[in-house]
Amino acid sequence: MADQNTTSATPALEVHDLTVSYHSKPVLWGVDFTVPQGTLTGIMGPNGAGKSTLIKSIMGLVEMNSGFAHILGGPLEKVRQQVSYVPQRESVDWNFPASVLDVVLMGRYGKLGLFKRPRKADKEAALSCLEDVGLLPFKDRQIAQLSGGQQQRVFLARALAQDADIYFMDEPFAGVDAATEQAIINLLKKMREQGKTVFVVHHDLQTAPEYFDWMVFLNTRLVANGPTKKVFTQEVLKETYGGKLSLLVQVGDLLAEEGLPPRKG
Amino acid sequence: MTLIAGDYWSMLAGCLVAIPCAILGCYLVLRRMVMIGDAISHAVLPGIVLAFMLTDKMDTLPLLIGAGSLGMLTTFLIEFLHRKVRLQEDASIGVTFTWLFAIGVILVSTFVSNVHIDQECVLYGDLVNIPFDLMEIGGKEMGPVAIWTLGLVNLCVLAFVWIFYRQLFITTFDPSFAVAIGISATLWHYALMGAVSMVSVASFESVGAILVVAFLVAPAATAYLLTDNFKLMLGLSVLFGIASAILGYLLAISLNSSAAGGMVTVAGGIFGLVFVLSPRYGMFSKKLRTLFKVA
Amino acid sequence: MNWLEFITFDNALIRNVVLGSTLLALSSSVVGCFTLLRKRALVGDAVSHSVLPGVCLAFLFQGTKDPLVLLIGAFITGWLSLLTIDLITKRSRIPEDAATGLVLSVFFGVGILLLTYIQHLPNLANQSGLDSFLFGNILSISEKDLYVFGAVAICLLTCVWLFYKEFQVLSFDEGYASTIGMPVKGLRLLLTTLTVLAVVVGIQSVGVVLMAALLITPAAAARFLTNRLGPMVIIAAIIGATAGLTGTFISSAFRTPTGPWIVMALSIMALGAFFFAPKQGILAKWIRQRHWNRQIQDENILKAIFQFQLDNNSNDPVQTETLIKWRPMEAKQLRSGLKRLSSQGYLEQNNGWLLTQVGQKRGERITRLHRLWETYLTKYLKIAPDHVHEDAESIEHIITPELELELEKLLDYPEKDPHDSSIPRS
Ligand SMILES: Nc1ncnc2c1ncn2[C@@H]1O[C@H](COP(=O)(O)OP(=O)(O)OP(=O)(O)O)[C@@H](O)[C@H]1O
Ligand SMILES: [Mg+2]
Repeated sequence: MADQNTTSATPALEVHDLTVSYHSKPVLWGVDFTVPQGTLTGIMGPNGAGKSTLIKSIMGLVEMNSGFAHILGGPLEKVRQQVSYVPQRESVDWNFPASVLDVVLMGRYGKLGLFKRPRKADKEAALSCLEDVGLLPFKDRQIAQLSGGQQQRVFLARALAQDADIYFMDEPFAGVDAATEQAIINLLKKMREQGKTVFVVHHDLQTAPEYFDWMVFLNTRLVANGPTKKVFTQEVLKETYGGKLSLLVQVGDLLAEEGLPPRKG
Repeated sequence: MTLIAGDYWSMLAGCLVAIPCAILGCYLVLRRMVMIGDAISHAVLPGIVLAFMLTDKMDTLPLLIGAGSLGMLTTFLIEFLHRKVRLQEDASIGVTFTWLFAIGVILVSTFVSNVHIDQECVLYGDLVNIPFDLMEIGGKEMGPVAIWTLGLVNLCVLAFVWIFYRQLFITTFDPSFAVAIGISATLWHYALMGAVSMVSVASFESVGAILVVAFLVAPAATAYLLTDNFKLMLGLSVLFGIASAILGYLLAISLNSSAAGGMVTVAGGIFGLVFVLSPRYGMFSKKLRTLFKVA
Repeated sequence: MNWLEFITFDNALIRNVVLGSTLLALSSSVVGCFTLLRKRALVGDAVSHSVLPGVCLAFLFQGTKDPLVLLIGAFITGWLSLLTIDLITKRSRIPEDAATGLVLSVFFGVGILLLTYIQHLPNLANQSGLDSFLFGNILSISEKDLYVFGAVAICLLTCVWLFYKEFQVLSFDEGYASTIGMPVKGLRLLLTTLTVLAVVVGIQSVGVVLMAALLITPAAAARFLTNRLGPMVIIAAIIGATAGLTGTFISSAFRTPTGPWIVMALSIMALGAFFFAPKQGILAKWIRQRHWNRQIQDENILKAIFQFQLDNNSNDPVQTETLIKWRPMEAKQLRSGLKRLSSQGYLEQNNGWLLTQVGQKRGERITRLHRLWETYLTKYLKIAPDHVHEDAESIEHIITPELELELEKLLDYPEKDPHDSSIPRS
């Protein structure tokens, strides 16, 4: 599906000087990094580090104060069909009256126009994605009647159904048992072999080096970015998880208090 | 009791209010926006009164659009108070709709002296008089005007949810995913609020400004207790809406009281019944299930 | 009713009505503060709609308009509505807002059914007064009733005064309240009872439909004027009382229901607070923004002149045109900024622009902060030297002297910034 002029040398993601704030208080500050295609990238950092915010701003869900993010060498609008997003599981109401298949079919909506309805081919694609995550027997279940791990896999299937090149997944392993986690990671590795690029927000430092070949460490600012071998070091971990920079926090509070006009990108 | 022809027209009008309300209500319930719907239905009042004062007519398309846009204004105002002024959301809703409604009542009580629009009508509408305001085209009687207006609104709402089913569905379930795949959550939010405004205005004459909420929420909530299939939920809520309209009308004429009040009472009664008895999501569903397993 | 009599308080009854209406509005506003802070503002709306069937039922059974009976009826259905909302949200998957809207409208619908039923009963001569419950009409209330409701209102206020401390903790942090051994359940019950009572007395002047405003609007307005609970309650009380007073006056002049006018007065005051509140108001925020924009502009000009002189190693006056070329700025803004700065004593005009001593100092400080922040960003945020300028452009204006000291210490009093320009120090 890749565009003609995006060669494999084009970075999958290029984040440039990104600053994002909520109510004038920056939660991401001057974040700047590039990730090549074909990687399985872990986005790591403590709670409140801004991992979800990073993904949301890349997907255009929260406004950037300054900087930009380019996907496959262009702005999101140009490549939207090639990008897929898996939100945190808590972000939706699982009591919603929808079946598993209904949700997975949503993955096809982006490609359909304003008036077109899903066709048989779309349904088949959705079913095969369900099979990939091992949920085919549950296709007609109401989503509330799934376990947390199964719900997570429904989201994964929906993302697969988008048939994208770049995937952003916010904590796909939250509340998932070890066996399922292994199954999911195998799936993700398979996707990487097919040349897709997958970004995963992850919390477990034990498993991280085994899962990912590229890592981004965040804590309001970017701490490190690079191949796992290079950046997964004691030093980086200590800096990432060793708390916030007090001066940065103070300046951030000051900005919020004064309501300084946001910078123009 | 004996029903005359006029009663059937009134009942039909009741049903035509109940149908679009039930459909839009499903979305409101699932989006947690029932109270915004409540606010809109209150807030269209000043729009209706103003349009009425200006044009001296009740049931024209301009009224529908003019007063409907006030419903949209309510949505904007609530959003503005919540996001820009940063007032908490429930308070934004409360402040907005009471203010606009107060303006409406003041306009009604001070400036308008007409049989069509008075304080009572504001509260619970006037279904009984609907059959007497007839539409004439080229000297031929074509049935009550309100039926035509409501029918038109029904068509619009049905077409709206039919054509844009997917967009509404996805922005209701997972707005951030919708935005991520290029479907604007904001656009569909306002489109939906526009539809609610239009329905509120169209229903005003029949059931008043306040009881519309009951038509919006009661059938939808009842259906939500019974099914896990969204399309079925839409269908069931329409059924419940129609049933409450008809049974409620009968209740009201047997008590010689307000038709809208009767319909709402029945709608509440149906909800109560389902709430107690629903096999899956009701009050005793757990007990019922164990009971059946034992049996 | 005569206008003049009204204003001059000549008539004892009128005086009582006005005072009563003020008192009722005041007591509801006070209780509203707590419901607002507990994020249950719309529950008050549900209660107020739900008292209608109670009033009608009480009337049906008793056949009189005895205020005490009506009050009890209202109280019962008001409470019942809250229990129903609770039951529905706890025992099914209906979300709270839907339960609230459902209970509110269904109770009200039942009330309307009963009310119209009563109105069409042939032999109840005394029924007309019930309408005033809908939009409130304190002017038609009898003196005796007024005393009853007045007494309830005073009870309410006393209760709030007695349990102020407990309610404060409860509204702020219920979990904490229970850990320090407060009887949270009992307190919640009491507060709910007070809310229902507040509604019951409030509807005398505002009516069931608009009662929510009396609970929500004064509290919301007060919230904008202060950050502390005590003053908030007092301000809400004042706003409620003022609205009660003016609303009653106006409505007596127009001979219309009191409720809408009271709500109108409330809303205008609240909108006023939203816009003109000294700290959180829209206007204050806007002024702050403007202030910042201006300060940033000024400091940028001073910085530009300072750096120009530094780079060219001269103390000659700088021409406006040279400045524009040196640091792209909008000409009009630059000119007005230059004028402002010279009137403030930062600049002197003398064949061009010269920094005064204070101007020199300020320009130098901004330059220093800019370069310090750039150094900080490269060192601690690992941002490449060619990416730090933008951020420093805005942060340089906000760093306080204390932070400046801390920054210098943290960076160990650096001599050079990442671009190898020297960091000026005086
Ligand atoms: N909508 C919002 N409004 C205000 N502040 C927010 C909002 N969303 C997030 N924040 C704040 O921004 C910061 C970063 O949040 P974010 O959700 O990006 O963190 P995260 O790294 O994903 O954390 P977690 O591991 O807990 O998911 C947090 O301090 C949070 O409190
Ligand atoms: Mg997160």
